[in-house]
Amino acid sequence: MSDLISMRDLSRNDVEAYLRHAEKMEKSLRSSSPPKPRNKIVATMFFEPSTRTHMSFWAAAERLGCRAISLSGDKSSSAKGETLSDTVRIMSGYADVLVLRHPLEGAARLAADVSSVPVVNAGDGGNQHPTQTLIDLYSILRLKKKISGLSVHLVGDLRHARAMRSLLYGLSMFGAKITLCSPKALAMSDEVVREVQEKFSPSIRTTHEINLRDCDVLYVCRIQKERFEDQYEAARLQDEFRITKEQISAAPDDLAILHPLPKIDELPADYDSDPHAKYFQQASWGVPVRMAVLDRVMGV
Amino acid sequence: MPLTVQKISNGTVIDHISAGRGFLVMRILGIAESYSDRVALLTNVPSKAMGKKDIIKIEGRLIDKKTADRIALLAPQATINHISNANIVSKKLVEIPSQIDGIFKCPNPKCITNAERVTTNFAVEKNQKLRCHHCERLFAAEELVA
Repeated sequence: MSDLISMRDLSRNDVEAYLRHAEKMEKSLRSSSPPKPRNKIVATMFFEPSTRTHMSFWAAAERLGCRAISLSGDKSSSAKGETLSDTVRIMSGYADVLVLRHPLEGAARLAADVSSVPVVNAGDGGNQHPTQTLIDLYSILRLKKKISGLSVHLVGDLRHARAMRSLLYGLSMFGAKITLCSPKALAMSDEVVREVQEKFSPSIRTTHEINLRDCDVLYVCRIQKERFEDQYEAARLQDEFRITKEQISAAPDDLAILHPLPKIDELPADYDSDPHAKYFQQASWGVPVRMAVLDRVMGV
Repeated sequence: MPLTVQKISNGTVIDHISAGRGFLVMRILGIAESYSDRVALLTNVPSKAMGKKDIIKIEGRLIDKKTADRIALLAPQATINHISNANIVSKKLVEIPSQIDGIFKCPNPKCITNAERVTTNFAVEKNQKLRCHHCERLFAAEELVA
């Protein structure tokens, strides 16, 4: 049994194995012969709102011939005060895999420690979102055929966004040239930058100004309002940090814009049909990547 | 003029504490106003090896391994001398443990360990920094003792 909790637990070989498996899954989705049914039960346990992660895990389970059952935090016994540990122990008696999203950091690790079945971290507070990173790396590979040496700009709320924190590990592992761009108050944690530098020696540049002249992949995320104590400050930063059409026009022609979604107004309005905008395609790759994740944690 | 502190009869002398860390070690020891026996904290004592050091003398208390591990995080050069009948009966260098279980609370308020009853676990990384097994955040030892 293996869990998927954090990018920090994975080697480059592990990540490559996930990505190869995802490619097979994508091919199987396009072919007329679907994968052999796995006949397992996948339980999704979401204690925070989600559209893409929740639904793509559900769709991935169904595509694999599994049955999906779902527990929503506000309708579960956690509303009556049940601990997460107890909920996980109960659910691990009902399903073969648990997919957990929770607002507190370390919730997935705790779940993995007490569960008798594999646990997949679908986001734990501001800490990690490893399956999003696998989707992001898969998307970059599908769009650009490589990751090493690409100039990837991570732009937005780098302090609170778990997708950014996880992705920094993933990109560093593969030798991308990384630019971290955020308002000063929302910079990536120094400790995280230091750790990836010590582990992978990537090229990392930090800036507070958006300049996309050398950018191959622009990865944007929204200001994570739900992680702010001061909502006025969140709204102010959201207004202050927007990417303009002029900034994008300075980028190379084959720029790919990715976003973990949901997007608010950090990208120009009416930009979704622009050829640079790849985020809906990226979201669609969530299904084959999460099929691969479920398969691998189930030992298929 | 040399500062003279009486010898203790039975208890512990913690020597070679990095200068200034004695106060934090006292916190680890949990010695408060209610402690009824003699305790001496000497700070900035001249030392050939360390330049300056802190020393703690505690009458009536021996230090167990768990406490010694915690002291090691703050004062990796410390020695713990157990005293019986005014003689040193054992002298041990503290050893930095590879992990610390169930002692410290995680300073990250958003860590799951602060929301439900869970035994905390910290891996000791270089420079005596501690990483929470659950939320993966890295902390200086002082942050956990505070």
